[in-house]
Amino acid sequence: MLRAADDTFRLNADFFDYTIIALYFAVVIGIGVLARRQVSSSLDFFLSGRSLPAWVTGLAFISANLGAVEIMGMSANGAEFGVATFHYFWIGAVPAMLFLGIVMMPFYYGSGVRSVPEFMRRRFGTGAHLVNALSFSIAQLLIAGINLYLLATIVNRLLGWPLWVSLIVAALVVLSYITLGGLSAAIYNEVLQFFVIVAALTPLTIIALHKVGGWQGIKDKVQPGPEQLSSWPGTDLTGIDNPLLSTIGIVFGLGFVLSFGYWTTNFVEVQRAMASDSLSSARRAPIIGAFPKMFIPFIVIIPGMAAAIIIPEISNLKSGQGDSGGATYNDAILLLMRDLLPNGMLGIAIAGLLASFMAGMAANISAFNTVFSYDLWQQYVQKDKPDGYYTGVGRIATVAATVIAIGTAYFASNYDNLMNYLQTLFGFFNAPLFATFILGMFWKRMTATAGWTGLVSGTAAAVAVAFLSEDAFGGASTGVLSLSGQGASFAAAGAAFVVDIVVSVVVTSMTKPRDPKELEGLVYSLTPKESLVDPDEGSLPWYQSPTKLAGIGLVLVIILNLLFR
Amino acid sequence: MSEKKQKAGIFDIRFVIGGLLGVYGVILILLGLFNATDEELARGDGLNINLWGGLGMLAVAIAFGVWARLRPVVVPVEQEPVDQE
Repeated sequence: MLRAADDTFRLNADFFDYTIIALYFAVVIGIGVLARRQVSSSLDFFLSGRSLPAWVTGLAFISANLGAVEIMGMSANGAEFGVATFHYFWIGAVPAMLFLGIVMMPFYYGSGVRSVPEFMRRRFGTGAHLVNALSFSIAQLLIAGINLYLLATIVNRLLGWPLWVSLIVAALVVLSYITLGGLSAAIYNEVLQFFVIVAALTPLTIIALHKVGGWQGIKDKVQPGPEQLSSWPGTDLTGIDNPLLSTIGIVFGLGFVLSFGYWTTNFVEVQRAMASDSLSSARRAPIIGAFPKMFIPFIVIIPGMAAAIIIPEISNLKSGQGDSGGATYNDAILLLMRDLLPNGMLGIAIAGLLASFMAGMAANISAFNTVFSYDLWQQYVQKDKPDGYYTGVGRIATVAATVIAIGTAYFASNYDNLMNYLQTLFGFFNAPLFATFILGMFWKRMTATAGWTGLVSGTAAAVAVAFLSEDAFGGASTGVLSLSGQGASFAAAGAAFVVDIVVSVVVTSMTKPRDPKELEGLVYSLTPKESLVDPDEGSLPWYQSPTKLAGIGLVLVIILNLLFR
Repeated sequence: MSEKKQKAGIFDIRFVIGGLLGVYGVILILLGLFNATDEELARGDGLNINLWGGLGMLAVAIAFGVWARLRPVVVPVEQEPVDQE
């Protein structure tokens, strides 16, 4: 139940820490007020008027994801599984981000759609669109709740406020800046948050490494043994004992299906890139984001691994001996902050964590309000209203989403392993999406019926695998398949992908394809090649060319994979 | 939309980031110089992390300021925002 409600430990913040935190909140709200001045149409509110430079949208692209999952979840995985956790970044994120920038972004940005579900509607009509828009909206509300819950946990730890008070105050801050400034406020705050997070976690990593005796110290002392220092085959991480199957699970399940499903079709991320000022900026956004994404694990996973050695509670938890004081792996970063940081830097670290959770929640809500207003309300409820009407709907949707997220936060607190919970969700919603998108973008014959039947059956397949596994749904899972933990998520995602492809191909062969004229700009073979790149792309210097940047990123991530194999 | 352009000036996000990190840097440097108790230093394993962290943030802040100065964002001047409500 609400683990955070009991005060197992408190961070001893003093006057200076509170000053630093207060400064941060002042700037966050200030950005909301400033961004308000620029909101004059619904496109401004929902897509920042497509006016932002690539470095801003690129950093926002990864910051939107740098919420609860990364900071708490990945340091927890680092403490529990060691180096194998790097897979979530180098296998499970970077390749998909590069692919999005090179292959898929021209369709998203070039077709002028305002959301990922809108692309779905233009390509497959309203059946697939409704499935996608609804499942996306519901998922965002759930995830916003998780981020809010973690945010409230920190406030509870810090100030000793009851969890429900923390929940409401935290929700109000997020609400105020998004309703004021819309996506611009969210994106600017995400960029700011990125730097505060890095400023907070870098010193924490340096002290933790210093204390443990550097990388050599981790090598010598990591428990239970040196298998925590190699990322392959990652059997502990996947929970699959067979090394070959475990490797396949990581490469196909995490690296291909889950990761491509998440990064290339999740509107939370794609929305940031869509706010860019040109096609080449939009393509560069995820590619620029891929570079910091490669190095974030060093300030998230490494401190987690160090915590499992130098923090008595975590070390006892891991060895199963001695008193862990009620701590869980998710507390690794908080315990490091408590034990290592002096007042002052502690304030930065708390501000950074609060920033991260707020930005995570803000990202979910700003994506939700766009999809709700454009894809659900405008499409199915009130079609032909003036533009300002939809901005108003967006603001109301933001308020409603925040209220629902508070309820979801209580729901999320019932799951003690946040990672499993999130991965299970992504498996349901995102894995079949990628299959449908990639088929739809490259196979002009694919029909509208195939679009929605593929999605529904893919999602159903993921749910079925989760029920058959040992623990993906906790007590509700039957255990017919001997899969548990992350391995079950990978398998569910893989099943969703395969079933989606098979159903789409079979249904397409039995139904009538759409008129090719309607698909221009949406399908590769029906789109003039010159509309897939910026006219001046050839004359851009190498650091502004999406393809060259992506090439550099690919080489770097391969080197990192080899270094930590 | 008018064709006139002007610099984004203080509203440039780079000044906001640089400003916040700069203030943080100064606070931390001062704490590191004047408020570093032995107990705090021992917690940081002997490193005066406030001082070094503060210097680092100040350096990043200055870099942002210089960047924003050298390559200012030029935004089209909008007409005065008309409040329609």
